[in-house]
This record gives sequence, C-alpha cells and structure tokens, in this order.
Amino acid sequence: MARDDVKTGYKYVGTRPNRPDGLDKVTGRARYGADFSLPGMLHAAVVRSPHAHARIVKIDASKALALDGVKAVVTRADLPTGLTGEDLNLQDNTLAGEKALYDGHSVAAVAATSQLLAQDAARLIEVTYEVLPHVTDVDAAMAPGAPVIRPGVADYSVPEGMHGNVARYMEFGHGDVEAGFAAADIVREHTYKTEATHQGYIEPHAAVGQMGEDGRGEMWVCTQGHWYIRRMSAAVLGIEAANLRVTPSEIGGGFGGKTTIFMEPLTLALSKKAGGRPVKLVMSRSEVLRATGPTASASMDVKLGMKKDGTITAGQVYFRMQGGAFPGMSPIGEALPCAFACYDIAALKHEAVEVIANRPKAAAYRAPGSPMAAFAVESLVDEMCRELGLDPIEVRLKNGAKNGSKSSYGPVYNVIGLQETLEAAKAHPNYAIPLGKNQGRGVASGFWFNHGGETSVSLAIGEDGTATVMIGTPDIGGSRASIGLMVAETLGIPYEDVRVNVVETGALGVNEPTHGSRATFASGKAAVLAAGQAIKEMCKRAAAEWEIDAEAVEWKDGAAHPAGPNAGKFPPMTIGEIGSKMGGSGGPISGHHEVTAEGVGASFGTHVVDVEVDPETGRTTILRYLVVQDAGTAIHPAYVEGQYQGGAAQGIGWALNEEYVYGADGRLQNPVFLDYRIPVASDLPMIDTVIVEVPNPGHPYGVRGVGETGITPPLPAVASAIAGATGARIRSLPCSPPKVLAAIKALKG
Amino acid sequence: MAKVHLWASLRRFADGQEVVEVDAATVGQMLDALEKAHPGLGPAIKAGLSVAVDGEVIANSRSAPVKPDSEVYLLQRLKGG
Repeated sequence: MARDDVKTGYKYVGTRPNRPDGLDKVTGRARYGADFSLPGMLHAAVVRSPHAHARIVKIDASKALALDGVKAVVTRADLPTGLTGEDLNLQDNTLAGEKALYDGHSVAAVAATSQLLAQDAARLIEVTYEVLPHVTDVDAAMAPGAPVIRPGVADYSVPEGMHGNVARYMEFGHGDVEAGFAAADIVREHTYKTEATHQGYIEPHAAVGQMGEDGRGEMWVCTQGHWYIRRMSAAVLGIEAANLRVTPSEIGGGFGGKTTIFMEPLTLALSKKAGGRPVKLVMSRSEVLRATGPTASASMDVKLGMKKDGTITAGQVYFRMQGGAFPGMSPIGEALPCAFACYDIAALKHEAVEVIANRPKAAAYRAPGSPMAAFAVESLVDEMCRELGLDPIEVRLKNGAKNGSKSSYGPVYNVIGLQETLEAAKAHPNYAIPLGKNQGRGVASGFWFNHGGETSVSLAIGEDGTATVMIGTPDIGGSRASIGLMVAETLGIPYEDVRVNVVETGALGVNEPTHGSRATFASGKAAVLAAGQAIKEMCKRAAAEWEIDAEAVEWKDGAAHPAGPNAGKFPPMTIGEIGSKMGGSGGPISGHHEVTAEGVGASFGTHVVDVEVDPETGRTTILRYLVVQDAGTAIHPAYVEGQYQGGAAQGIGWALNEEYVYGADGRLQNPVFLDYRIPVASDLPMIDTVIVEVPNPGHPYGVRGVGETGITPPLPAVASAIAGATGARIRSLPCSPPKVLAAIKALKG
Repeated sequence: MAKVHLWASLRRFADGQEVVEVDAATVGQMLDALEKAHPGLGPAIKAGLSVAVDGEVIANSRSAPVKPDSEVYLLQRLKGG
C-alpha cells in the first residue's frame, strides 16, 4: 500500500494501557512451562556426555531400571531410523547416535516417579565412551591437522580444497573493490572476534508430554513456536504431526533460543515406554548453558577504505563462524548481508564460511549474526573516524543508507529510517555531555531485516460486543497488548473490550514462531484484516435489519452507520447490539485471516554510550546509554521502549562480560550464572530511549518489528567507548576487566 | 524477462553468469525456471531461499508476483530470533 494510506490520529494505537498479562505474572497465577502438572505424571532426567567428542561404545541402563519407581529409559535405539537433513540433525541432537559431539550432548533419558529418583537413576546409567580428538575454536577448527569431526558435512556451496569442518560457503558483492581501495586516503584492515554467548532467558526449557496407546500425543511446552515444536518433535519420533497437539505455556524469555527443540521429544518417547503416563522434563541452568543453543562464535576480517572527508570508498569482509557440531546453524547467511546494511558504499565484497566444532547446536539469538557483523564493521569505522578526527555520526550520515539506496546485499531500500535515527542521536542531550577523565563515548548503528512469515489469526465477536482474538505467536514482549490495541482501533471499541489469547496447534492453521521481530507485525496485520472481515459481516447484519444494501452501511466508532443521507435515517447500531442479536441474524460473527506475511519494513537503530574505565582494574562502568530506533509506528510505546532497553542490556553483556569458556579438555568451564556473567540491574543505568517513527508502508498501522535491532549496536559502541576512554582498542569480545587492563598496560609499554 | 541476480558463490552453477533472465509470473515459477535452466542451482533452491523482487524482500512466498521487468535478488533464507 502507498505511504499515504498509513493511518494517523489514532485513539488507541500509541497509548500505554496496562499489560493484559501483568496481574497474572506479579501474582504468580501465570503458568510457565515447569508449572504444568498432570495426574500420574513422571519426572525425567537426562544423561549427558562429559566428553567433547567420543564414540558411544555401550549404554547399560540395567541398574537404573532395577530401581523401584523407575518406569522407562530411552536411548537412540528407541528412535526411528532413516531421517535425513535437518530432521536427522534434530534427532542427533535430541539423543546422540554413534558419537557424542559436545560436552553436555544427551545420551539417554530416564523417567521415574520423582525428580530426585530420576536424577539418581540417570547417575546409574553406565555409558562406555571411546574418547576422540576434539576442537572447539572456530579458527582452530579450520587449521591444518584439526580433527574432522563429521566427514562429509560440506554442502553444495563449499568449493573443493576447503577444510573438512567447513560446512557452508558464501560470497557476494558489487562494484570494483580494488579500485575503491585505491581511491581511499587510508585503508585499514583488522581481525575481530566474538565468543559464543547464550540468550540467557530466565525460564529454563520445560515440557510435559503424554503419548497415548492410540499413537496420538499431547505436549505442554515453553516455546516461541509450538507449530515448530510439533513438526520437529513429530519428525524426530517418526509420527504424523497431526497426531501431536502442542499447547504453549507463558514464556520467560526466548530471544531465538526457543524456536527449536532440544529435549522436548524425550517427554513423548519416555511417556510411550512408560505406558502412556505423562512425563515432565525441566532443564537445570547448567543443562541450558551446556546443551541448548548459544549463538555462534566468530572470527572476522574487515577491510575498509576511507577518504579524509569520511567517504567510505570500499569494504570487504571475510567471516568465519562456528555454530556447533551441526551444519546450518551458524548465521553466515544473515551476518554477511547485515555487515554493511547501514551503508551505501559503491564497492563491497562479502565472503564467509561456516565451520563445525565440538560445541552445542547453535540456535538463533536476537538478530542472528548481525551483532557480530556490526562489531567488526562498526568498530573499524570508529577506528578510522578517530584516526581522521571525524565525528562518527557525521560519517554515518554521509555514508548511511537512505530511501532508494541499493542495499549492500542487493535489493533497493524502500522506506527506511536510519538517517532519522542518526539525526535524533546527534540532537540528543547525551551526545553533548562533556566527558571526564578515563571516560569515553562510542557510537554505532545497527540493522535487522525483520520477518513476516506464516500467520493465521481468528477473531470472534462476543454477544456483549467484545472481541476475542486467537493468535498463534506466543507473547514474549507484549504482543497481546499491541495486537489488542490494533484490533480496538480497527473495531472502534475500548482496548479493555478486546481479549487476545495465544492458542494451541489444534485451534489455528500453521503459525511460525514469535521470531524475526514478527509477532506485532504479522499477527497484528492478520488480526487487523480479520477484524475488517468481522466489520464487513456486522455491516451486513445491520443492513439486513434496516432493509438496505450492505454497501450502504459504514463502520465507525464501534457501530454500523448508514453511509450518507441516501442510505436512510437509522440510529447507529453498536457492536454490542449486533452481537446480542447475532444468534437470530445469521449466527456467530467472526473474522479470520491467514497469510505468509510480507511487506516487513527494515529496521535501523543508532546507539550512543558513555563509559568510564577504571585504569587500576580494567573494569568498565556504563555511565549513560542511549538507544534511538525506528519503530515504524509504536503501537504500545512502553513495550517498544522495553524492547530497546532489553536489546541494549543483552548487547552490553555480550560486549563486556559474557562468553563461553572451554577448557583444553573441550568442556564448558562456566555453565552457571555465577561464572557466566550476564548484566544485572545494578550493573546498568536506566537506558534512555528515543522512538523514531517512519511508518512502514507494508502494514496497516505502519508497524516495523522492534525486537532485534537493539542488540546489534552495543557490541561496537561499547568497545569504541572503551577505546575513547583508554586509547586501547579491544578487537576480541568480551571487553572483560582482565582483557582491558592488559590492553591498557600494553599501551604503556 | 525478469533479471535474477545470483550471489557470487552461486554463479559457478549457472555458467558463471551474474544475472540470469527468466520468464516467470511468480516467485515459484521463477525458482522452477532457474532450476530447470541450471540444475546445479537445485540444492541451493531446495535448501531454501528468500528473494527480493523490485526491492521488496519476499521471505517465503512462491505466489508473490514477478513482472517482466522485475529485478530479483536471491538471498539466503532469512531467520530471526
């Protein structure tokens, strides 16, 4: 639709009503994954490999099964054979086959009448391993002599001659890169590294599964996408997806890590062997960190050419990313297009390889790939700005993408808001605050594509004139509120009269998960169109009552009205009146819309951070932090601000402290929150936000997804601020105190 | 005919061409025609692709229209967190 069609002057959209799930969550009434129980339910525990790479010689469960109260043990031998592709990868990760591929890889599972008994039984399952050589580092995995951990893993894209751990290769670009570098006044090239980090959701994975003797199963699970859980679990277990019904719980965070399966099918496999009794499996934090998908680790070469006036003449990247022991999991396909997405540069070359290593199967993490790419490219842009004495925002305004710019990955941008975020950041008071001793300021921009995807939504008009909306995207960041506001606006009824429910797989057509910043965009768009369908029917009912043509009725302010004087003189018929009579006027009134939603608006943001570094300890304190991001239209501004702040907090953690630490033995050294250091409230100041609104023409209310871009700029912004404070540039995250202190000491010689 | 831009590492499966001209009315027809003309592109297409048609990113819709003068870019299938 054209930009002019975007509505303005809303009554409900853009307001900040109380969240519909708020009371349930603060009173403990909300039910999360681990809160669900059934009569006769068993509890499960998982046996995990202590080795990074080992052949499984023998599994002996006799001692465990001899315990009174132990009802079932499953190993890979209980799962079907013959799977291929990603289905086989999912099965291999659910239960190891011939080999354990990483520290924490599940090898067997047991169900018993209590949680403690299940854990005791798991300890009695004896697994004989033949330990194999391992590799966990991305560069080491490509080095000559590195053990090839899964021979034949390379797909069609990998040219001959690459290391056996390379699973995927990608290259694209445009323009004459060498000519671009020749035209530059300075050309700089560095290597940047980021470690794997975990999504760090508060709620561990949890599921209850029950498999009936008739081959039909049911699962209650904490997930971002229950249709994905259904399809993947069915594939792993060799059952028809239609025979599995999945109901999502409330969700305590996901950030991409709950868009796939890790242990969920085990509940069904154990239930089947235990005579159909329901089985609950709740992961510990240690299991979450060891065996659920963190993001990839990355090693990235970047080369840029810049003129003295700040014009970027050419750019080149070569990314190496590992996403664990399974192919297809590192986000090279996203990281490369994101690398220069904020810029309009005449000559670019992108190249990347995906490498497998003895680490857990990576999963999506908030704008997968974009934060790493931004760390590499935005750090080098900042280094060159400092060398040439240029303002980093002015350089980004000069080179930044605009409406009509050809993107770095090919297509032309339609309506985007990067320039507006840069102008707003430049004008913000934070950018003018004088800095003191040992203080520095960092600036970076970030990008995410956003996503639409498969979406199905239904809406029913109540007899009391309310509306109930059924969506299939679990509410992680406030989508029930934002969808409720859009439906209220469309129907012309109070927000309080709209109830939005997340429903199970049997109630709607297939929905993709809440991922890709899509829930408010895609489910919201479908809900608005479903409401439009209900409005059409309500106008038809009013027309029949008035004995006029349906086309002579219009809908406004929650009621049907005659459309002009020729339609006749009738008092408005409210949604409550129509609802109360619908049984006698043709039956229930509902609306439905299903679509693979397209028309997402690309998302851009710019962050400014001030830090102070203690020269004695290397500890970095965030003094102030500003997020400026384009929301298209902020449906519920408080939730939008929350997404901005949450993304920034996770990015700051990635920049300063978070990292997977593997020992020489290939085992994860820090699988608890005491040692895996995520930021807590006392680590951060209140994060300032500015919502820029450049409406997306592809949505009835101009929405752009806002969930992911916010995690992208903090990595380079914080590192650049530290460089400003100390003179030391950290090119390998995290900027932990020992690393910063060593860099400061190295500068002093 | 629509002009389909291949990313660099796909070009070796299409006789080195950077741009392939395809006669198609939808994204699905375009992908089918590409695979028919250059079977080496089959694994990439089967692995899942997103496309951009005249600047609009189409993540996963085979029915999205393609015009005779459309400019199409193939992209890796986009995911999100």
